[in-house]
Amino acid sequence: MEGIYLTIVLCPLAASIVAGLFGRQIGRAGAHSITIAAVAVSFLLSAYVLKAIAVDGAATYNAAVYRWAAVGALTMEVGFLVDHLTALMMTVVTFVSLCVHVYTIGYMHDDDGYQRFFSYISLFTFAMLMLVMSNNFLQLFFGWEAVGVVSYLLIGFWYKRDTAIFANMKAFLVNRVGDFGFLLGIAALLMYTGSLDYVQVFGHAERLSGESIEIVSGMQWSALTVACICLFVGAMGKSAQMPLHVWLPDSMEGPTPISALIHAATMVTAGIFMVARMSPLFEHSVTALSVVIVIGATTAFLTGLLGLVQNDIKRVVAYSTLSQLGYMTVALGASAYAAGIFHLATHAFFKALLFLAAGSVIIALHHEQDMRNMGGLRKYMPITYWTSLIGSLALIGFPGFSGFFSKDILIEAVHASTTPGAHFAYWCVLIGVFVTALYSFRMFFLVFHGEERIDPHVKSHLHESPWVVTVPLIALAIPSIVIGWLTVGPVLFGGFFDEAIFVLEEHDVVGELGAEFHGSLAFVTHAFVASPALYLAAAGVLVAWFLYMYRPGLPGQISEKIDVIHRLLVNKYYFDWFNENVLARGTRCLGGGLSRFGDQMVIDGGIVNGSARVVALLSIVVRNLQSGYLYHYAFAMIIGLAALIGWLVVEL
Amino acid sequence: MIDLQLAAAEVFMVCAICVVLLVDVWLPDERRLLTFRLALLSLVGAAVCSAYYLPNGSVTAFSESFVTDPASAVMKIFAYLIVGLVFIYSRDFLMRAGLFKGEFFILALFALLGIMVMLSAHSMLTMYLGLELLALSQYALVAFDRDSPIAAESAMKYFVLGAIASGTLLYGISFIYGVTGTIQLGAIAAHFSQPGAITVPALLGLAFIIVGVAFKFGAVPFHMWLPDVYQGSSTPVTLFIGSVPKIAAFALAWRILSESLGDMHGSWQTMLAVLCVLSLVIGNIVAIAQSNIKRMLAYSTISHVGFIFMGFIAGTEDGLQAAMFYTLVYTLMAAAAFGMVILLSRSGFDAENLDDFKGLNARSPWFAFVMLMVMFSMAGVPPFVGFYAKLVVLGSVLDAGLIWLAITGVLLAVIGAFYYLRVVWFMYFVDPVDDSPLDAALDFRVVISANGLGLLALGLFPGVLLDLCARVIG
Repeated sequence: MEGIYLTIVLCPLAASIVAGLFGRQIGRAGAHSITIAAVAVSFLLSAYVLKAIAVDGAATYNAAVYRWAAVGALTMEVGFLVDHLTALMMTVVTFVSLCVHVYTIGYMHDDDGYQRFFSYISLFTFAMLMLVMSNNFLQLFFGWEAVGVVSYLLIGFWYKRDTAIFANMKAFLVNRVGDFGFLLGIAALLMYTGSLDYVQVFGHAERLSGESIEIVSGMQWSALTVACICLFVGAMGKSAQMPLHVWLPDSMEGPTPISALIHAATMVTAGIFMVARMSPLFEHSVTALSVVIVIGATTAFLTGLLGLVQNDIKRVVAYSTLSQLGYMTVALGASAYAAGIFHLATHAFFKALLFLAAGSVIIALHHEQDMRNMGGLRKYMPITYWTSLIGSLALIGFPGFSGFFSKDILIEAVHASTTPGAHFAYWCVLIGVFVTALYSFRMFFLVFHGEERIDPHVKSHLHESPWVVTVPLIALAIPSIVIGWLTVGPVLFGGFFDEAIFVLEEHDVVGELGAEFHGSLAFVTHAFVASPALYLAAAGVLVAWFLYMYRPGLPGQISEKIDVIHRLLVNKYYFDWFNENVLARGTRCLGGGLSRFGDQMVIDGGIVNGSARVVALLSIVVRNLQSGYLYHYAFAMIIGLAALIGWLVVEL
Repeated sequence: MIDLQLAAAEVFMVCAICVVLLVDVWLPDERRLLTFRLALLSLVGAAVCSAYYLPNGSVTAFSESFVTDPASAVMKIFAYLIVGLVFIYSRDFLMRAGLFKGEFFILALFALLGIMVMLSAHSMLTMYLGLELLALSQYALVAFDRDSPIAAESAMKYFVLGAIASGTLLYGISFIYGVTGTIQLGAIAAHFSQPGAITVPALLGLAFIIVGVAFKFGAVPFHMWLPDVYQGSSTPVTLFIGSVPKIAAFALAWRILSESLGDMHGSWQTMLAVLCVLSLVIGNIVAIAQSNIKRMLAYSTISHVGFIFMGFIAGTEDGLQAAMFYTLVYTLMAAAAFGMVILLSRSGFDAENLDDFKGLNARSPWFAFVMLMVMFSMAGVPPFVGFYAKLVVLGSVLDAGLIWLAITGVLLAVIGAFYYLRVVWFMYFVDPVDDSPLDAALDFRVVISANGLGLLALGLFPGVLLDLCARVIG
């Protein structure tokens, strides 16, 4: 199996190097052929691995393949841990990546950086696979940073645009905050367990929950809680949880395929994956779980609201992504890791689908992204229309669609959870369902229905996108419909994650739900009588229809009425304002002040130049001792001799 | 081996000097090069003698007043090498200055003979004889350019101060003789190894001897002669005085302080430490104010003496090895540095000022680079050998527990780096004052390049010389 794992990881890397360094030689067709072939190989092998583990029951693989360094008792290795969780992630990542690769052929057709783009997304696939397949914290961190770098490169892919450069800088800086926490968490674990290996560290979890750490004097904190919260800060950066979410909407400056791949389906879910992987640690710290659930719930609700006021089609989807990431985080906090991962997987399909559909619209309209200049596209782009509808229904949790299962179970799990803050989280995610339906269908109606507000010049040659764009849409639409129905039973309630995810007996909400689960069909019918979520979603769609189809003038009047709230939403709760004016400006003022006072005055002026001036002055004074007179010289010698003898006398 | 074989190199050198002297007398001026060649040849012959008649271990001769051991042989061979460099660097300069006389070579060889005797001295008297032979030759060398008033002044100063130092040393020796009843170094050591042998008269003698040693090294406050003599002499003489006699100074300290008065280490350690710190401070700080390169290098010498002292202060075998390593490395660096000063000089023009190095890179990138290697090595920048020299002496004082001394050394080395790097800055970043190309004979160019590259090579493979020092001494 080791050979297979290495092939899965290294194929995209090799393709990326070839496409990146020899892009000019192999040409456009060569670049996309080789990267697509490599990712296809990775996908097929991942699917094979998933089958071997999930169906045939192959044992968990956990071994090092290369020892990088050994320092004292600490060994740093490259190794793979492949179990149910990893296999699922690998398959999702490579599948979405494959779809995006194909789609890119159409989307980036006229772009000068064609080969560069393929090199980057292949490199991303490599990095993401390293992240999910790692069996130790060091490699996890490597993958974590590597996906961050590729994300940075891709957000700024159109590096001549100022907004793109601003966005990628912002993403990078915000992620630094998260990564710093992540690194501290890893360091804390290393300090207390002396190991970077998952299995060894997890073995110490119970002992760690008893140890305490004193960071601020007089305050004793559980070492495990501190480590877990630090790790979660990393997840907040990567998975864009409040208040580190600000970079994700701006990341839409990058080309749409990477918005789908990196900023919706895979990289941003790395935080969710990481917390699920660390479940043996988080389970032992109720405080950490509580932090997770509160942050997740706040993000899920507040960012959903922001989706209501956006006019840029990609930004609506971006806020939707933020909100859904919040849902997943809430599931983690409720100890329903399996539900979180399940939502992650279904979300990867339908959110990638929505992004690619948005991209399809954007190409058709010649890079127009403002929904106020769209409308009535249904008849021009039937495939995009129907796949978007599927994606939207999956997102709002229409019964039977994949999002329905994952979200419904998630909400039920939060309802059943005893984690402090779960009650607050329950209401957030429940109202969030209404908000989700409202912004999703607002977008859907504005783009595909209603009056045509398209530029007449563009309209004259408006047509459906080419097959390289529509095939991935269809390929993603199918799992968006069926994957939940097919897999909810075995994956969530069939003990699929038993080995990979650890849940304490008293936190096992998914297990409780499993007792009431009697097949997918029963689950759907049960939802009609038991869950308010379904009716909330329906209400959301109806309101959207009423506001944007039946009475299109109404939204404007409403926003004038509640001007304060509207302004709050348009300004995104003033997070950006705060970051730019308080944090960024404050830091720069502090830096400038320290530079002027501390560096230039004290260090350069006082210590460095000051001591140099003293030495120079001294040298001019002392050189005068060298008078040139012989008797002075002889006198100095006699003085010296006298001093030596005097010293002897004193010592005796 | 019989006594004469043990002194074969010294005997050969005396004969060779006589031959050179006689030949030179009969040579017309235009054939003076023969003297130069014979002088070089006598160095080669002496080297052969030293290497061939090398006993295993330490063997004494002439009623225990002379000793031959591997350490002295290694240092003698090193001295021949440096004197050879001096001759090659000096030849063209002397010719242009009209000073290409046999006396230069003969005096230098006599001085070398004095150094050889000092290295092999095993009694106070032999040591003193060698010292006086060296000193008298040097006084004459300084005054060698007899039409130059400044040279005559320097020679006078050097002579008077040197006489005071010699007298002091001799006075100290007489004390030791009075206490121990012997002038033979081994017997003196044996005497002081008895408990209670260190008496007040012995300590008094020690203080006088230290003055002599310190004067020979040029340690503060017995350093006053050094800048004036370096500046006053013509550059080839400075080159000679600045390099080889440091080996003699090392021999003096090694044979007398370490070997025969080793048991009084506790008493002389502090005295040397004070001289060491003073030398480091005065040497490094005053060098900054110098605009004359020869004076700057004189103060640089004083600061290097501080580092050599550190090895003795440690008082361990490692310290002694470190001091020997530092001394040998220093002579190589000094030879290269003064060689560069000679290279920049032309007929009727002595390159004396720092300004003459301005823009050297534009005039000759290669020799600018050679000078850069020399300066970096003197400043103690890795990977040049000067770095390892400082490293081993600092290591030895650290091992001896003198942390404060090591810190002082490092701090002053940092201050010292300033004036070495200033030369580099002048060469690379300042426009030349005069941009005539350098002219020098081929052998000069090759030898000085090898000299500079040697500093780099020894820095890359410091083990070669370090192991040699460790094997032969201690």
